Amino acid sequence: MLIKKNSFYDYAYRRFRRNKLAVIGTFITLAFIVVALLAPILSPYEPSEFFFMEGQNLYNKYDTPSLQHLLGTDSLGRDVFSRLLYGARVTMMVALSAVSISTIIGTIIGLVTGYFGRFIDAFFMRIVDIVISFPVLFLLISISTIMDPSIWIVILAIGLVSWTSTARLVRGEVLRVKELDYIVAANACGSSSLKIIIKHILPNILAPIMVQVTIGTAQAILMEASLSFLGVGVQQPTPSWGNMLMDAQKLLVLRDMPWIWIPPGVVTLLLVLAIYFVGDGLRDAFDPKQ
Amino acid sequence: MLKYISKRLLISIPVIIGITILSFIIMKLSPGDPLANFINPSIDMADLEKSRQALGLNDPLYVQYFKWIGQVAKGNFGYTYSGNHSISGLILERLPNTVILTLSAFVMSFVVGIPLGVIGAVKKNTRTDYGITLMSLVGVAIPSFFFGLLVIYVFALMLGIFPSGGMVNIRAGYTGFAYYTDILHHLVLPAVVLSLGNIASVSRFTRSNMLDILKEDYIRTAKAKGLRNKAVIYRHALRNALIPVVTIFGLSIPFLFSGAYITESIFNWPGMGQLGIRAIQDREYGIIMALNLITATLVLTGNLISDILYAIVDPRIRH
Repeated sequence: MLIKKNSFYDYAYRRFRRNKLAVIGTFITLAFIVVALLAPILSPYEPSEFFFMEGQNLYNKYDTPSLQHLLGTDSLGRDVFSRLLYGARVTMMVALSAVSISTIIGTIIGLVTGYFGRFIDAFFMRIVDIVISFPVLFLLISISTIMDPSIWIVILAIGLVSWTSTARLVRGEVLRVKELDYIVAANACGSSSLKIIIKHILPNILAPIMVQVTIGTAQAILMEASLSFLGVGVQQPTPSWGNMLMDAQKLLVLRDMPWIWIPPGVVTLLLVLAIYFVGDGLRDAFDPKQ
Repeated sequence: MLKYISKRLLISIPVIIGITILSFIIMKLSPGDPLANFINPSIDMADLEKSRQALGLNDPLYVQYFKWIGQVAKGNFGYTYSGNHSISGLILERLPNTVILTLSAFVMSFVVGIPLGVIGAVKKNTRTDYGITLMSLVGVAIPSFFFGLLVIYVFALMLGIFPSGGMVNIRAGYTGFAYYTDILHHLVLPAVVLSLGNIASVSRFTRSNMLDILKEDYIRTAKAKGLRNKAVIYRHALRNALIPVVTIFGLSIPFLFSGAYITESIFNWPGMGQLGIRAIQDREYGIIMALNLITATLVLTGNLISDILYAIVDPRIRH
């Protein structure tokens, strides 16, 4: 096992395992990851394959769910079920990459500002103030309309607007840890600042960062979905759960073809909810007061 | 107190300057030539260059920034590429509608969220508490546009209780009192959709504050004095638990404005969000930037007010 017996993480793991919702959330999240990885094997058709009416040269649009198309077909005659499975890949890829970006930026800035304080701290905290003054969606939309929308721009945009909460969190943790005796001792022994930050401070604030990564992933999924729904996120023909819901802006689809828009909405809700359960579970498990 | 407010105001000055610089940079990065509409085979390139000079497009960036900020300070955000409409005019026309929507959502999120949080804390670890917690988690986890579509599907299309979009029924031609009730009728669904996420965070926040306060010594003292449970909860605990909720006032503003973008476009509510969505589709960068700048400033003001309110209700903060 990676985790040493009776260590902090060992106790946290035991507390986590006792939390029913967190365990259920973990299993649902894992199931989604498996589906995303196995999408090419599990899905009956290609996500962008067009289907024709039987014996006719017409696209089989808006077909009702049947054995052939489990969730029917969409406005262009594509299999909704296959798009849903491939959509899981896109959604998770975007969310995880965006969270990696925001975590790296946020952690570095948080460590530096919290440790050095003074001018650096004041400077970066004003930048954080500026970024959080813009409603997230506005900034995202501005970034992805200026650059031509693509998956990479969406990832970059989400990463660049969501580092602020990680930075604030890490900064606060560093401020708390830095006054502890062992850091003062390391300083007195003449360790370099870099060594103190990386070897002594970072390992001791990993727990809250992990919680933040979990919650951040859930938020990134929601941001990607909103952007794609508004048409400035992941672009057709690549399927994402958000852009699969775009069709529902037409009254006809909304009223008469629930199989097109309800499934992508429900899976988004389910995955985000599951990740929040995991995040809440981690937070409680890491909290020594519990 | 005065010292705290002035310190807080001083800090916001660099932030507001930063906001304008960031807006300006994003605007400058946007593709397309403002004169692109005028380029045609019959125009002389020299004339084009002359008007470029006249419009100041050849000036160094910092000169352009100061000219722009001067105009913005006067409330002039320029004109749209197509139709040459005044951008500030377009925005002012829609601002009241957005304010009506966000304000109702704002009020609703506290009127509904605080009692839910208090009930959750008082009945900790009961079915009621779990139910409220689960509901508020769903409220945070559901994509707002999906919730909006579901609400339209159920309440407007299937049950037909509320209209599916718009702000007034133009065909009915209501006047006076009927006109306002008609707006109210149209307001219900979008306000519910917009406030859902905020209700969820307000109730979660209130619950955890309330739980912390209920553990305090003075609550035990109050109970030991023989006060009724209700008096302890509402007179002693709730008052103190509500203090930090003031911070959510400020946080709600960017949240609600972001949400308005999506809610307004789903419900066809004629506000700034809908204007913004159209601007994205038509690539009207001027409008997008003006909206960015205005909301960022509103958010900053909101945060400032909530910080000051916080300092007023909790004197410990000032020091």
